[in-house]
Amino acid sequence: MEKKIRILVAKPGLDGHDRGAKVVAQALRDAGMEVIYTGLHQTIGQIINTALQEDVDVIGLSIMSGAHLPICQKLTREMKEKDLGDILVVIGGVIPKRDTPLLQKMGIHGIFPGGTSFDESIRWIKENVKT
Amino acid sequence: MGVARYNKNEKDEVQDVILQSGIHIKSLYTHKDLEEIGFDPEKDLALPGEYPFTRGIHSQGYRSREWTTRQYTGFGTPKETNERFKLMISHGQTGLNVAFDLPTQMGLDSDDPLAEGEVGRVGMAVDSLRDFEIAFQGIPLDRIGAGLTINAVASIMLAMFQATAEKYGFKKDRVSATPQNDILKEIIGRGAWIFPVKPAVRLIGDTIEYSMKELPRTNPVSVCGYHIRESGCSPVQEIAYAFQIANTYIEEVLRRGHPIDDFVRGFTFNLNVFGNLWEQVAKFRAARKLWAINLKERYGAGDNRSLLLRGIFGGGGYGMTKAQPENNIIRGAYYALAAALGGAQTTALCSFDEAYTIPTPRAALLSLRTFQILMEESGLRDTVDPLAGSYFIETLTKQMEQKIVEEMKKIDEIGGMIKAVETGYVQKEVARQAYEFEKGVQKGELIKVGVNKYTEGEEMEVELHEYRGESAEEQVQRLQEIRRERDNRKVTQLLKDLENAAKAENNVMPYLLECCKAYATVGEMTGVFKEVYGEFKEPSIF
Repeated sequence: MEKKIRILVAKPGLDGHDRGAKVVAQALRDAGMEVIYTGLHQTIGQIINTALQEDVDVIGLSIMSGAHLPICQKLTREMKEKDLGDILVVIGGVIPKRDTPLLQKMGIHGIFPGGTSFDESIRWIKENVKT
Repeated sequence: MGVARYNKNEKDEVQDVILQSGIHIKSLYTHKDLEEIGFDPEKDLALPGEYPFTRGIHSQGYRSREWTTRQYTGFGTPKETNERFKLMISHGQTGLNVAFDLPTQMGLDSDDPLAEGEVGRVGMAVDSLRDFEIAFQGIPLDRIGAGLTINAVASIMLAMFQATAEKYGFKKDRVSATPQNDILKEIIGRGAWIFPVKPAVRLIGDTIEYSMKELPRTNPVSVCGYHIRESGCSPVQEIAYAFQIANTYIEEVLRRGHPIDDFVRGFTFNLNVFGNLWEQVAKFRAARKLWAINLKERYGAGDNRSLLLRGIFGGGGYGMTKAQPENNIIRGAYYALAAALGGAQTTALCSFDEAYTIPTPRAALLSLRTFQILMEESGLRDTVDPLAGSYFIETLTKQMEQKIVEEMKKIDEIGGMIKAVETGYVQKEVARQAYEFEKGVQKGELIKVGVNKYTEGEEMEVELHEYRGESAEEQVQRLQEIRRERDNRKVTQLLKDLENAAKAENNVMPYLLECCKAYATVGEMTGVFKEVYGEFKEPSIF
């Protein structure tokens, strides 16, 4: 049997708008993935710990506050320090197009701004996770 | 969104319409529908300004008074926000609605490590009374009421508002603040919670009790069905949940021995406007009636002024789309129409660019002009409750009323809203529907123009509000200055007094007022509460 993809849906920082995160979590679960949802107000340290404990393939961040650049910078830096390069990091939320190159440079693998279809993000994750 | 579902035949003729609230719409309504549903014009309608207030809370509607316009405003430093307030007022805005940044909403000072990257981003940063003094400098607080969109630390902000008003020489019985102050909806839908549910509700009780005597023109609570609906629930649930939340706060104050007629006048509501126009209008009319009945029958309110559902009907954020953003200008106009036909006392609109950015001045002013065009050019002031008596609207209003009552019963059966939220029942219900809704849009079953139909055309470039890192630095500098200059011994003592009051479950408001006046910071006062109350743990809903 094929191993199920494990994904951590995480809400970093102070932003409490979790409609998107919860909707995507349900869609990923219906697509056959194991979804772990962190809940709100998570620090980068908490997210990384949960990712390690749950042995996930993917971390999916949901950020609506506009603070995605400092948050992603911090996360990718700490992941490098901990040598967690195997985990894919994707981001969704209010993410202006102009920030795409910066985010990619930081090491964010997939960027799915509001309006992305379930199909598109599910396909991308399935294609990019090494199982 | 929340648009209705349309079943059509192969000739594209509409066979059935199902509203988000689950009500089927017929192709034709006549007097027979009113008979069938038991519509009684005396009991169900009466006159505007008369019980049960279905037709409005004022006998003359907008003839006697236009609505108050209150765009949600705030970003960067208090100085930048003050300039934007003044711009909006100079263009005819008649109230304020302050947006706070996330650290402030979460009770953190701007130099807290957890605030990094967030200071002044989605709203104005506030650390101490100095910030309020700057934000409200030159604003005639005896004429312009201030909505304060803050919840977990609303008690602190209300105290700060009072201290500011006093400092500028306004009498406390002349100023009017409307702190949002609705923690239960924050747990369901917006996420800016800090303390566990029970002490958080007690804090709300403190603000209500305090306002009765000290701030009589203040509306200490604005119960927000709005955010619950933004999070996914139906218009029926929006009202049912809002009323059950309000009932929780009412019971907290009754428990302290205050008669209902002494305080419930200070309750207001914040309700949403997007979706099917008829469903929205019927929702507001049904809600006014049910709120009056709820107060009279459940709590024995006797004073007519206690029975009025007053509120801001506006926003419409979830109806707006990221695709083809200029379409949101048109959507906003229809949402404002729904609010006006529903008899809103106060209104606000999400601006067309909000899926991208903090609104630019141009976008914010367009929202304001939308209201002005409705009131000044379109005849919305002509007569009160113009849709009354329509076979369709009155039938739908009755149907909405029945559905809201059913939904309220479900919460009663669980044992009230605190239980329904602590167990995650409401959150689950809301998240499930948000998912169903999104699937409906992605499959094309629910039409959103520009998203899943009529998607042709060029994407518009949206002008982005630039976040200024320097504003955050200025904010931190001012905070550190305050900590140096104030009487720190006094602050320590006042924080200790606050802690003792919180532990003894005394009303904390007088203590917060003293702390604010001595320039204690938001982080320090919140820290005291965290120490005494602990912090909320989210129930897992997956």
